[in-house]
Amino acid sequence: MQLTLEFGGGLELLCDSVKIHDVNVIPNNEVDKLTMKDLLVWVRTNLIKERPEMFMKDDSVRPGVLVLVNDCDWELSGQLDTPLEEKDVVVFISTLHGG
Amino acid sequence: MESKGSEAARILSEIETLKATRSDLDNRISALEAQLHHLNPEENSVSCPSIYTGFGHGLSPDMIYRYSRHLLLPAFGVQGQSNLLKSSILVVGAGGLGSPALLYLAACGVGQLGVVDHDVVELNNMHRQVIHTEAYIGQPKVKSAAASCRSINSTIQIVEHQEALCTSNALEILSQYDIIVDATDNAPSRYMISDCCVVLGKPLVSGAALGFEGQLTVYNHNRGPCYRCLFPTPPPTTACQRCADSGVLGVVPGIVGCLQALEAIKIASAVGEPLSGRMLLFDALSARIRIVKIRGRSLQCEVCGENSAFTRQQFKDFDYEKFTQSPLSAASLELNLLPEDYRIHSRELKERIAKGEAHVLVDVRPDHHFKIVSLPNALNIPLSSLESRLAEISSALKEEEKRNDSGFESSASLYVICRRGNDSQRAVQLLHKVGFTSARDIIGGMEAWARDVDPNIPTY
Repeated sequence: MQLTLEFGGGLELLCDSVKIHDVNVIPNNEVDKLTMKDLLVWVRTNLIKERPEMFMKDDSVRPGVLVLVNDCDWELSGQLDTPLEEKDVVVFISTLHGG
Repeated sequence: MESKGSEAARILSEIETLKATRSDLDNRISALEAQLHHLNPEENSVSCPSIYTGFGHGLSPDMIYRYSRHLLLPAFGVQGQSNLLKSSILVVGAGGLGSPALLYLAACGVGQLGVVDHDVVELNNMHRQVIHTEAYIGQPKVKSAAASCRSINSTIQIVEHQEALCTSNALEILSQYDIIVDATDNAPSRYMISDCCVVLGKPLVSGAALGFEGQLTVYNHNRGPCYRCLFPTPPPTTACQRCADSGVLGVVPGIVGCLQALEAIKIASAVGEPLSGRMLLFDALSARIRIVKIRGRSLQCEVCGENSAFTRQQFKDFDYEKFTQSPLSAASLELNLLPEDYRIHSRELKERIAKGEAHVLVDVRPDHHFKIVSLPNALNIPLSSLESRLAEISSALKEEEKRNDSGFESSASLYVICRRGNDSQRAVQLLHKVGFTSARDIIGGMEAWARDVDPNIPTY
C-alpha cells in the first residue's frame, strides 16, 4: 500500500531528519487491511532510527504527538483503528511550546 | 594612535551617558502619559465609544481617519472597527510571538490591550522580538513593549502587567480581558493559561514556534476543544525543546504572532471564521502551510469535559510545574549527575593547563555549536556519537602522554566540556562506564569558562 508519511515538530530528527517519506507498506495479515495500529509498528521498525520512546508509548504515539490522517485528527477517524487506504497521507507532528 | 584611542573612548562613554538619559526620559514620558490618562479618562479613552454619537456609530473623526482602511472593507466596516474598539485583549508573553501580535493589536485599535511578562530585554532577543529596541536592553519587556505600542497608537489603553503569570494571579489578570493570546514559550504556561481560560470562559488564541516551524489554533471558542482536550497528558520533558537550545529563525515566530493577532482581531470584531477546531501548521523551509481538522471538545476532558468541575480553587491549587515536570519560566536545566571528584571548576582547570598538565579536552557539543566558538586544542566529539568514537579519545590521550613524557608522570587527564555543563556530565558518566576513569566534566561548560576564565569567549 502506497502511503505518504510526514514527520514534523522535531519528530523528523528520529528518522534521519527526513520529513517526507513515500513508502510502500505491505499488510501482514490475511484480510489485507491496514490500520493505524499496524502502521505505527511498521514506522517504529522501518523508519525510526533513534530514541523510539520519543515516538511511541505502549502501542500508541507518545503524549504531545498529533496524528493526522489526510489532514484530519485521527481521534475523529478511530485513532488506532483508523483504516488506511492507498495514497493516504499520514502526518505525525510533535506539539511545539517555543515562542 | 593613542589620541585616536582616547577620542573613541570619550565618544563611547558619551553615547552610553546619552543612552542612559534617553531611557530615563522615555520612562518619565511613559509615566506622565499614564498619569495623564488617569486624570482625563474621557479625553484619552477610546475604549468607550459612546463619547461620539454624532455619526451614529461612536467613531470620532480622528478614529474614522486613522482606521479608514478598515472602514473601507465592506466585510469589516464601521461595525467591525467599533467592536474592536470596545474589545480588550491580553497578550501573555512579549517575546517572539508577542512582539508582532502586540504591534498589530495596538495599531488596529483594540480598546484595551494588556501585556504580561516578567523578563528583561536581552541582546539575543533582538533578532525576533521586533517590538523591542536596543535602548531597552536590560529593561523589562513589558515597559519596552508598552512604549512601542503607545508610540504606534496613543489613543488606546495599554495595560502593563510586569509579573510572571502564575496560578495565584492568572484568574485576576485574565478576567479583565475578553480574549487571551498565548505567546509564551513553555509547556506548563500553556496548560495553565488554557485551564484558566476554560474556568473564565475566554477564547484563547494559541501560537508556538521553534526552529523553522510554527503552529496556531484557537482554543475554548464556539464549543471547540481546549488545550487539554488535544493534549490530556503532558509530553516528556525531553520532547519540550526551547528556542534557547534548538534555535529559531526570527521571522517564523513573527509570522505566527501576526496570525495570532489576526485570529484575535477576527474574534474581537466578530468578522470571519476563527481557527477553532482546526490547526494551522507552518513549515518555513519547505514553504508549506497545512490547515488540519482537529477533534472537538472532549466529553472526557478533565477541565472542560461534560462531567468535569474544574473550579477556580482547583485551578489556584494546581501545580503546573509538577504536572509537566518543567519550570514555568523556560529556565535552563541544571543537572547534577556526578560525584564531586568527577568534576572540575573552569578556574582550576585553567591553572592546571597553565602549569602544563598533560590533558585532552573533549568538547561534546554538536558540530554547529563547535563552529560558533571553541577552546584551543579542543577535540569535538558530539555526545550523540561519543560511544562510537571512543578510539579517537584513546589515541589522543596516548599522543598527549607521549608528547609530555618526562619520565615520571605518564598519564594524561581527560576533561569534557559542553555549552552549560549538562551534556558534559552525561558524557563523563558514559566515559567512566567504559573505562576512562580520569574523565572529569567542566562545571558550567563554556558559559562558566567565559564568565570565570576568559571573558573574550563569546556566549550565545
